[in-house]
Amino acid sequence: MNRFRGFVIKEFFHIWRDPRTLLILVGIPVAQIMIFGFVISNDIKDLHIAVYDQSQDEVSREITNKIISSGYFILDQSIDHPSQIEESFKKGIVREVIVFGQDFGENLERLGVADLQIIADASDANTANLITNYTQAIINDYLKKLNATHQIPLKIETQVRMLFNEEMKGVYMFVPGTMALILMLISTMMTSISIAREKEFGTMEVLLVSPLKPVQIIIGKVAPYVALAFLDAVLILLMGVYVFKMPVLGSSTLLLLTALLYILMALSLGILISTIVKTQQVAMFISLIGLLLPTMLLSGFIFPIENMPLILQWVANILPFKYFIIMIKDIMLKGVGVAYIWKEGLVLLGFTLLFIALSVKKFKLRLE
Amino acid sequence: MIQKQNIIIVKNLVKKFGIFVANDHLNFEVREGEIFGFLGANGAGKTTAMRIICGLSLPTSGEIKVAGFDIYKEREKIKRNIGYMSQKFSLYPNLTIRENINFFGGIYGLSRTEIKTRTTNLLEKLQFTHAANKLIREIPLGWMQKLAFSIAILHKPKIAFLDEPTGGVDPITRRQFWEMIYEAAEQGITIFVTTHYMDEAEYCDRVSIMVDGRIEALDSPAKLKEKYAAESMNDVFLKLARIQLHESV
Repeated sequence: MNRFRGFVIKEFFHIWRDPRTLLILVGIPVAQIMIFGFVISNDIKDLHIAVYDQSQDEVSREITNKIISSGYFILDQSIDHPSQIEESFKKGIVREVIVFGQDFGENLERLGVADLQIIADASDANTANLITNYTQAIINDYLKKLNATHQIPLKIETQVRMLFNEEMKGVYMFVPGTMALILMLISTMMTSISIAREKEFGTMEVLLVSPLKPVQIIIGKVAPYVALAFLDAVLILLMGVYVFKMPVLGSSTLLLLTALLYILMALSLGILISTIVKTQQVAMFISLIGLLLPTMLLSGFIFPIENMPLILQWVANILPFKYFIIMIKDIMLKGVGVAYIWKEGLVLLGFTLLFIALSVKKFKLRLE
Repeated sequence: MIQKQNIIIVKNLVKKFGIFVANDHLNFEVREGEIFGFLGANGAGKTTAMRIICGLSLPTSGEIKVAGFDIYKEREKIKRNIGYMSQKFSLYPNLTIRENINFFGGIYGLSRTEIKTRTTNLLEKLQFTHAANKLIREIPLGWMQKLAFSIAILHKPKIAFLDEPTGGVDPITRRQFWEMIYEAAEQGITIFVTTHYMDEAEYCDRVSIMVDGRIEALDSPAKLKEKYAAESMNDVFLKLARIQLHESV
């Protein structure tokens, strides 16, 4: 135990005295989540919209004016045929089309209900979500003022349609995605680098000649990073919840356990990398290029896996990141319990065991 | 002189990497308490053999006993009885002198009080007390070398393995370093040292000279010089290498 403690203390000294390591451990998570967070929750301004006004009456014009005068939107064109809707989107300038039904004002006046459709270009899912919310808020505001002078409340039935990405996958992805990314980065890169560093210093040989067992060496090296990566997971979650108002509907314990499982998976991958490479540079290169890009592109973090070509979907399925994101998202957004995510959990556990088994095999090979 | 016991016994050690034979049937013994020089040119196979004896690598075949323990079955026991100093000195650059001593003392299972007293003694002996809290990366190479050796024998092992311990160090520091080796040998620690500096061979009790994976000569420096009618160990080595060259032509 004494030996183990000495080992961990030494590892903390390494981290503490190496500004680069500290930067990776603390700077990157904060910077990443801020960048992703604020890019996604960016305020909208001067977005181009089109209006397809089928009734051309006083009320529809008033609403149109109100929307345009809000400062968020610029009227790009008026449309007079349904076929022009998609066409206007395809040019890439118009991001939203507002469609007033026929006899809009008359229906509102006589029946108290009128139909309005908001169509958004959801290929950029986050922006689409934002601008439809803004538009609806403006219309509701208009109604509120109108209702103040009416006895029976009037209703505009807004129907939102997301074009190109109907299910709006991608929203709220950034917190789970950033977690997957950062925990992978820290766990894998830091362990593989720190083991490769021992090889570079020549201290690994001394450790191997010492009475310490290889397992003790590995655990001693990895333990501090489990703790640090776990702290990072908590940091990211706290920022997600308090800075970006991400809901956590499920159990926080389950959420943290999931994060821990993922960290262990990433650490064992880091160990595997370190058994193959000899220098810190190569370890960093493999961790960055080999893992960062697949995590970003193939985890469903930025691009929905469902929209990928079949081959890439297969690739995404044999990478561990996707499963973590599914688990985290389900716990946070759907509030599900173990019963719904144990399969994904098993997949992560399987990856962990696979990486450890491969590392042990590699390690033995090296001895012979 | 009483014949001392053999503390390292190597019989028919063979190590192959694919078709390349790094160690070709090595046979030798190291006696308890002696300074045993393991000489050879770069690539002659001395580091490979030493790594096998330390338990860092497994032989292809052969029988090896270190401190009375079998290298295949009793590796853990061997590890407790040896100290190792690698070519790179193997200290942590971003730990201080004191922290390095603490750490390595700790992994050899020394108690805290033991570590404390040994650290104080060691720092005094090396005259490093004033610099105990300096980071290793800030101290000169010669200091690192002395410290690395002191740490390798901190737990008072039976055998200390030194893998080219004097590489890249100036002659005066090398001289001082050999004085430290003598001192350790006087305390009863067997020293197994690899080097390619032939002048250092003169300091050893016995030397073996490896050429192309085989031990070509093994005796005390004086006897070797006599046998090969050479003035220095350097000449002995050159003559051996030349014989090799003639044989292979």
